[in-house]
Amino acid sequence: MKRRDFIKSAGALVVGFSLADHGAKAQFGSAPIPGSPDNRQLDTWIAIASDGTVTAYSGKEELGQGISTAQQQLVAEELCVRFDRVHLIYCDTALTPDQSYTSGSQSHPANFNHANLAQACATAREALIAMAAQKLGVPAEKLTASDGIISGNGKKIAYGKLIGGRKLNLTIDPNAKRRDPKEWKVLGKPVGRPDMAAMATGRFEYVHNLRLPGMLHGRVVRPPVVGAKVVSVDESSVKDLAGVVKVVVRNNFVGVVAEKPWQAIQAAEKLKVVWSRGTALPKQSEFHDLTRSQPSRDTLLVDSGDTQSALSGAAVILKTTYEHPYQMHGSVGSSCAVADVQGEKATLYSPTQGVWYQKTTGAMILGLKPENVHVIFRRGSGCYGLNGADTVSYDALVLSQAVGKPVRVQLSRRDEMAWENYGNAWTIDERAGLDAQGNILAWEHEAWSPSLGNRPGPSTPGNLVTGMLLGFEPARFSPGPARPPRAYSNNSNGVPSYVAGRVGGADQGTGTVRSERVLVHNVVSPFWTGPLRSPARLQNTFAHESFMDELAAHAKADPVAYRLRHLRSERVIGVLKAATQAARWDARPSPKPGNPQTGVVTGRGVACVAYEGENGYTGIVVEAAVDQDSGKVMVKRMWVGIDAGPISNPDGLRNQAEGGALQGMSRALGEEVTWDDEKITSVDWRTYHSLPLGFEIPSVECVLVNRPDEKATGAGETSITVVAAAIGNAIFDVTGVRIRRIPFTAERVRAALRERE
Amino acid sequence: MSITLKVNGRIHTLDLDPSTPLLYALSDDLDLRGPKFGCGLGQCGACTAIVNGAAVRTCITPVRAAVGKDIVTLEGLGSPEKPHPIQQAFIDEQAAQCGFCLSGVILTAKAFIDKNPKATDAEMQAALSGVLCRCFTHTRMHAAIRRYRKAVSR
Ligand code: FES
Ligand code: FES
Repeated sequence: MKRRDFIKSAGALVVGFSLADHGAKAQFGSAPIPGSPDNRQLDTWIAIASDGTVTAYSGKEELGQGISTAQQQLVAEELCVRFDRVHLIYCDTALTPDQSYTSGSQSHPANFNHANLAQACATAREALIAMAAQKLGVPAEKLTASDGIISGNGKKIAYGKLIGGRKLNLTIDPNAKRRDPKEWKVLGKPVGRPDMAAMATGRFEYVHNLRLPGMLHGRVVRPPVVGAKVVSVDESSVKDLAGVVKVVVRNNFVGVVAEKPWQAIQAAEKLKVVWSRGTALPKQSEFHDLTRSQPSRDTLLVDSGDTQSALSGAAVILKTTYEHPYQMHGSVGSSCAVADVQGEKATLYSPTQGVWYQKTTGAMILGLKPENVHVIFRRGSGCYGLNGADTVSYDALVLSQAVGKPVRVQLSRRDEMAWENYGNAWTIDERAGLDAQGNILAWEHEAWSPSLGNRPGPSTPGNLVTGMLLGFEPARFSPGPARPPRAYSNNSNGVPSYVAGRVGGADQGTGTVRSERVLVHNVVSPFWTGPLRSPARLQNTFAHESFMDELAAHAKADPVAYRLRHLRSERVIGVLKAATQAARWDARPSPKPGNPQTGVVTGRGVACVAYEGENGYTGIVVEAAVDQDSGKVMVKRMWVGIDAGPISNPDGLRNQAEGGALQGMSRALGEEVTWDDEKITSVDWRTYHSLPLGFEIPSVECVLVNRPDEKATGAGETSITVVAAAIGNAIFDVTGVRIRRIPFTAERVRAALRERE
Repeated sequence: MSITLKVNGRIHTLDLDPSTPLLYALSDDLDLRGPKFGCGLGQCGACTAIVNGAAVRTCITPVRAAVGKDIVTLEGLGSPEKPHPIQQAFIDEQAAQCGFCLSGVILTAKAFIDKNPKATDAEMQAALSGVLCRCFTHTRMHAAIRRYRKAVSR
C-alpha cells in the first residue's frame, strides 16, 4: 500500500518533531542561558533589606496555580520570618534566576527540595546565625531565629542589623539543614493567596491590563487555512480607517497597528490579503488509522525481550486500541503581550512560561542581541501549558519593532484556537496475556503520536506559528528506528504502573509484570502541538488504566484488588487506598450485575498513576450515571487521593486537585479539536466544548496524603491524568460497554449502547 | 461622537464611534481592569458588567446601548480593603486560580442572586450556563455563590 503522508508539499508546512517527553528538563537540559545569574550564589535568590524584609527571586512563576504563595511560605519558613515580610519576584530576565520553563509539574520539586530556593534560604539562615554568634558572642547552638530576629542567652539581633542591604556573598551549601517539617509554622499551612482580593475586586493587573505611555494596539491576520502563504497585501484597503498606523508584512506574517484596540480589530478584518491555497488535511474520521502509516521516529521505553514468548504461553490474550483526540488549552482570555522595541533594545511583557527562552528567541526574531532583550513575566489567563502566550509575544515584538513604539497585541478567539500548539492526539495499542488465574504475564504498549513544533526552547522560534510565518523552521523531524532502552525514564507515563520497568538490570517501575515492552512512534502532525497539562501522561494513562480495567473484568476480579495484585509501589498503593476508602469502594468485579439496560443507572470507576513515574501520585474514584437512552454521562462524585510529598499548602494542593479533576472531566466528556479538509473548525466556544460553570458539578473530595519525609513532587498535573480512564471505567461498570475513544460524548456513548443491543 | 457613560457611579464623556462595543470603552478608554476580552462573541462571560441591574456581555453590546444606564464593573462592587459581600465570599472560599474569568462569574451570579435570592442550586447553575472558567475552579465558585445567597436571603 502506498503510504499516504499527512504533509505532501515540503514547502507548505515544515515538518517538526518533539520527544514523547515534553518536559523542559529533559528537552533543554539544565544549561542556563548565558547572562543569567549564577544559580549557585545565594544573592541570586535572596536579599535582606535593612528593615528586615526579605526579597526572594524565583524562576518559577505564578500562573494561577498558587505556587507563588507556596514559595512565599517556603521563604518565610526557612528564613524564620513572617509570611508578609517576604516579597517574591519571579521571572524577570533582569532580576531572577534562569530555572528554565515553569511547566511540567517541576516547580514544587525544583524549589522545595534540597536545592535552589529552599536550599538558598536554609543556607542563609545558617549563615545569619553564624554571623549573629560572632556579633553576640553566643555559641550558634544556643541561638534561635524567629520573626527575623536571632536570640539566645538573653541577647538578640535582627537580620536587618546583621546584613541589611548588603550582599551575602555565599554559595548555596548543599548540607545546610532544612527546617524539620514537624516544626513548620508557615509552610504546610493553608495560607490564603495574597492575590485573591485584587483578583476578586477587579484590581489585579494582568498583562492584558498593562498600559504603557504612547502604547499602540496590534492585531494579526493569520492565514485562512493551514499552509496558505501570502500572495499579496492591499494596504490601501485600510488606509481610510480611523486610527490605523501601519500594516506590517514580513514573509507570511501579516498584522496591523492602530491607535486603539477596536480600530486594530476592524482594520485586521478589512485588510485585503490574497493567500495561496493551503495544504490538504487528512480526513479527521480516518486520522488515527493514518497515523500508523506515517514515517516515524521510534523509542523503546522498556523491552524485556520476551513478550512474544510470554504471550504465546498465556491462557488468554487481550488486545485493544485507545484513541485520544487533539485538545486545546483554550484559555478564557485569548493570549496577550506588550512589547516595546526601540532601536537596538527591546522590552517584552509576556505571560510566557519561559522568559529566558523568549529573550533568546525574541532576539532572533528581532535581529537583536539577546542581552538587549529584556523579558518580564506578567500574568495572563490560566494557560495549562503552551497556549498562545509565546506566539503572541512574538507578534507584539514584530509589530512594535515595525512602528518603534510600545504595542499591545491580544489574539482573537479564532486566532487563539486555530493556531495554538494543541495537546497531542494519540493512538494506543495495548496487548496483554493472562495466566489461568487471571494474573498478567506480559504487557505490550505501542503508541503513535503526531507532533509539530513545541516550546521554542533557546533557539527554535519556528516551533510556534508566528515564528513559522516569519520564516523560521520548526525543530527538524528525523525518522528512525528504536534503539534498546539504555536508561529508564517514565516521564511520559508510557510505561504502565503494573510492569517492572526493568532497564539496565534494575526494576525501576511501580509494578510486578516482568515481561514488558513499550514502543512509541513519533510522527509528523498537520497541526501545531505542544505541552497541554499532563502531556502524553494523560493520554497514556487513559489507555493503561482503561486496559487494566478490561483485564480485571476479564479475570472477573475487583478492579482495585486486581490493581493491588500487580503493584509494588507503596505510594501508588497509598493514593489508591486513600481514594477508595474515602469512596467506600464497592468491591466486586465490573460491570455491575443486574443493571437494567435502559434509563439512568449509576456505577463507579477507578484509576491511579505514578505521575511521570515518580513525580506525584494520584488515585481517583468516580461515581457516574449514564442515561442509557440519550447516552449522556453525568459524573456525580469524585474522590481523589493525592500525594505530592510534604504538603506545602494544603488548600493550594486541594485547589489544584479539584481543578484538575474537573478539567479532566471536561476533556473526557466533550473536548476535541476538529477540522475539515483545509482548516481547523473548532475555533470558539460553540465549536470547542468546554463544560461551563452551569453544568451539574460533581462533588470532589480530596484526600491529601502527606509524606513529610519524602521529596516534594509535582502536584498540578496529577489528578487530571486519571480522570478520563476512571470515567470510562465507570461507564463500563454501568453499562457493560467499553468506550475506547475520547471524548465520551452522548452521541458516541449512545451509538456504543445501540451496538450492545 | 461624544458618548456619556455612567460607570461605577461616575460620569464619563468619551469620543467614540457609537457602534464600538462597550468593552473597549470600559477596558481601554476608562482603563478598567474588571471587564476583559475573552472571546468577543458573547460566549464566555469575561467581559461582563452589570447594566441597570442585569449582567451584560459588553463585548457584543454597542456603547450606544449603554448610554444613560447605570454600569457597574467588578471594581465598582468593592475594593480589596472593602470587598462587596460576594467578593468576600470568593476570597473566603479561595475561589479562583488565575482569576481571569471572575468578572463573568461574580457579576453574573450577583445579578442573578440579587433578583432571585431564593434560587435553588439548580437555578443558580442554570444562570451560569454560559460562563466559563477554564481553571475549573467550579466547586469553590459555587460554594462562594451559595455563601452569598445565604447572606442575601437572610
Ligand atoms: S468576551 Fe464577552 S462573552 Fe466572551
Ligand atoms: S480562575 Fe482561571 S479561568 Fe477561572
